[in-house]
Amino acid sequence: MTIQQSSPKTLNLPDERGYYGAFGGRYVPETIIPALEEIEQTYYTLKDDPNFQEELMHLHHTYTGRPTPVTYARRLSVYLGGAQIYLKREDLAHTGAHKINNALGQALMTRHMGKKRVIAETGAGQHGVATATACALLGIECVIYMGRVDMERQKPNVFRMRLLGAEVRGVDSGSQTLKDAINEAMRDWVTNVRTTHYLLGSALGPHPFPMIVRDFQSIIGIEARQQMLEQVGKLPDMIVACVGGGSNSIGIFHAFRDDAHVQLIGVEAGGNGIESGKHAARFADPHIARMGILHGTKSYVMQDEAGQIMETHSISAGLDYPSIGPEHAYLRDTGRAEYTYATDQEALEALQLLAQLEGIIAALESAHAVAEVIKRAPTMPKDAAILINLSGRGDKDLNTIISALEGEEGLHA
Amino acid sequence: MPEEIVAKHGLQAIQRVFKQAKAQKRAAFIPYYPVGYPDYETSVEVLAALAEAGADIIEVGVPFSDPLADGPTIQAATQIALQQGTTPRMCIKAIETIRQRNIQTPVMLMGYANPFMAYGYKHLTSDAQHVGIDGLVIPDMPADEVDTLQTLVEAADLGFVHFVAPTSSSERIRLSAEKARGYIYLVSVTGVTGERQTIATELRQYIASIRLVTQKPIAVGFGISTAEQAAEVGAIADGVIVGSALVKSAEKGVQAVYQLAKSLRDALNAS
Repeated sequence: MTIQQSSPKTLNLPDERGYYGAFGGRYVPETIIPALEEIEQTYYTLKDDPNFQEELMHLHHTYTGRPTPVTYARRLSVYLGGAQIYLKREDLAHTGAHKINNALGQALMTRHMGKKRVIAETGAGQHGVATATACALLGIECVIYMGRVDMERQKPNVFRMRLLGAEVRGVDSGSQTLKDAINEAMRDWVTNVRTTHYLLGSALGPHPFPMIVRDFQSIIGIEARQQMLEQVGKLPDMIVACVGGGSNSIGIFHAFRDDAHVQLIGVEAGGNGIESGKHAARFADPHIARMGILHGTKSYVMQDEAGQIMETHSISAGLDYPSIGPEHAYLRDTGRAEYTYATDQEALEALQLLAQLEGIIAALESAHAVAEVIKRAPTMPKDAAILINLSGRGDKDLNTIISALEGEEGLHA
Repeated sequence: MPEEIVAKHGLQAIQRVFKQAKAQKRAAFIPYYPVGYPDYETSVEVLAALAEAGADIIEVGVPFSDPLADGPTIQAATQIALQQGTTPRMCIKAIETIRQRNIQTPVMLMGYANPFMAYGYKHLTSDAQHVGIDGLVIPDMPADEVDTLQTLVEAADLGFVHFVAPTSSSERIRLSAEKARGYIYLVSVTGVTGERQTIATELRQYIASIRLVTQKPIAVGFGISTAEQAAEVGAIADGVIVGSALVKSAEKGVQAVYQLAKSLRDALNAS
C-alpha cells in the first residue's frame, strides 16, 4: 500500500492543456479545435452554475432513476468464501447502463450551446441508446455512427436507437467496429462543427472530453462512497470495474482517488487470451500496446511496428477498443490503480455465476469485473469489502451469450 | 553526398519555391499523393509524373489505418496501400528513389501523428534530412501539440506546415502562423479531404485575415479538383493543394494523373 500513499492527488487533473501527466492532449485537425474550446468554456461555466447542476440532478432523480442502489451480493460472497461483495447497480439506470449519466449531461450542454444536432459513436450500442434517449427527451436531432460488425452483434440496440428517433449510420470502413465509428463521427463533426455537438461516450478523445465524461460519470462513485458508508459503515477495500475506453471505471474511481487505502482495479478485455494476440488488453501486452496517439489523445495504443492501429477482439463490443482513456494511463503509471484482464471465457462464466447466485444478468462488459472478483475474493479476509461497478445489464447480449454457450454444456448443466 | 542534399533541401527549398512562384505572379502548385496506391511501384511513377507536370512541391502521403481527416477517396486509396503492406519506411524510400533519379522537387512527408511517433521523431527528422525530404505535414497535430517534434524539425532545418481553418480564432491563426515553417495550410472548407462543387466564397476573407498576422505563404487545400477552381484559388492564395482529384484520376493510370496535374499547373499560369 506504500505506493498508493505516495501517489500524487489527481484532484487538479487534467492540466490546462488537457494532460494527465504524459497522457491526453488534443491531437485533432485544426478545424475542430475551436469547437473543443467552445465545449471547454461552456463546460466550465455550467459546472459552477447551480441551475444547470440542479436541472441535471432533477433529471437524474426523476428520469434516470438515481441514485442507483448498492446491492450486497450475499450468496456470491458466501460461495467465494472470502471478501464481502457489493454491487453498484448501474444496470438499473434508465437505458440499462451508466452511459445515460454522461449522455444527459452533454445533451443539456448541447442545448446551452444552442446546437440542434448531436452525433455520437457507439460500440455495444449502450452509448448510442443513451444518446438517442437523451436527444429524444430534449428534442435534439440525433445521428449515431456504428460499425457494421457491431450492428450485427448488437441488433436489439440498433432497433432501440431507431425506435427512439435516432438515425443509425453503419460504418463499413476498417474493422467496422467502435474505432471506425469514432473516425466517421469525427469526419461528420469536422464537416458540421458549427451546428453539431459530438457527444463522445467514453473517457477518451481530445481534451476536454476525458474530463467532461469523467465528471458526468463521477456521480457513480460519489453515490457509492456515501452508500458504502451508510450501509456497510466503511469504504470498500477494493473497487473493481471493467475498462474499455474507461468511463464507468473512471466514474467510480474518481470519488475514491484520494482514499489511498481503497484499491482501484480496472479489468480489460483479455479476449481469447493475451498470447493469442486477439484481445483488447492495452496494459497487458507491451509488445503491441505502446504510447501512441489515437482519436485525439495520447495514451496506450495497440499498434503494429509501423504505427498502424491493430484490430482488437473481445466478446463484449463495449471493451473492444485499441486505446484507453488517458487518465487510466496516468493512474496506471503512477500506481494509483492496478489493471488486469479477464478472457471471454472467464467473463461468460462470471456472467452465469452472478445470474444463478444473485438473479442479476450483467452486461458482458461488467462480467469482466465480476470475473476478476471471482479470482480475488477467495484470497481476501471475510471482513474485507469489494465493490464492483456493475456498469450495465445483459439483455443486449443475449444473442452473443446464446451463440457462445451453444455447444457447451454449461447452460443446461 | 549528404551535405550536398542538406544544402539543397529543407526549409530554404520551400521558401525558394514560393519566392519563384511569386516572381512569376502565380500560385505554387502542390499536389498530394499517397505512397502504395495502387501499388508501391506505380505510386513512385506517379510522384515522378507529378514533378514532370510541374509540381512546385509534392505532399507525399503516408497511409494510416485511421485517417480521420480524410474523405472517402483518400481513405479508400490509403486502405489499399496498407493492404499492400505500405509502411512509413517505404514512403521515405519512395522519396529516396525519386531523388536518386535526380528529381529535386521539394517534398513534404504528410501523415498522421501515430505512425510518425512509432517511427520515432528523431529517426524521422534525421532520415528526412538524409534522404532529401523538405518538411512535414501532420493534420492531427495542431500547432499547440507539436512539442518535441518542432524542436527536432528546426534542428534539421526542415519545413513544418501548420493548419488554419475557417473556424480558427485570430489567436489560433497567430499560433499556427508563428510556428509554421515554409507555408500555412488553409483548410478552405470545414470538412474532410475530397472534391467539392464550389469553393467557399468566404475564402478571400479568410486569406485576408491570415495576412493580417503573417507574411508566410498561404496554401489552400481541401475541395479543389478542377483547373477552374485551381485558377480561382490561385488568384488569391500563394499555393494550391490538390489531393483527392489526383488520387481518383490514378484509377485511369499514371498518364491520367499527369494530364490532370498538368492542367491544374497550367491553370495557375494564366492571368
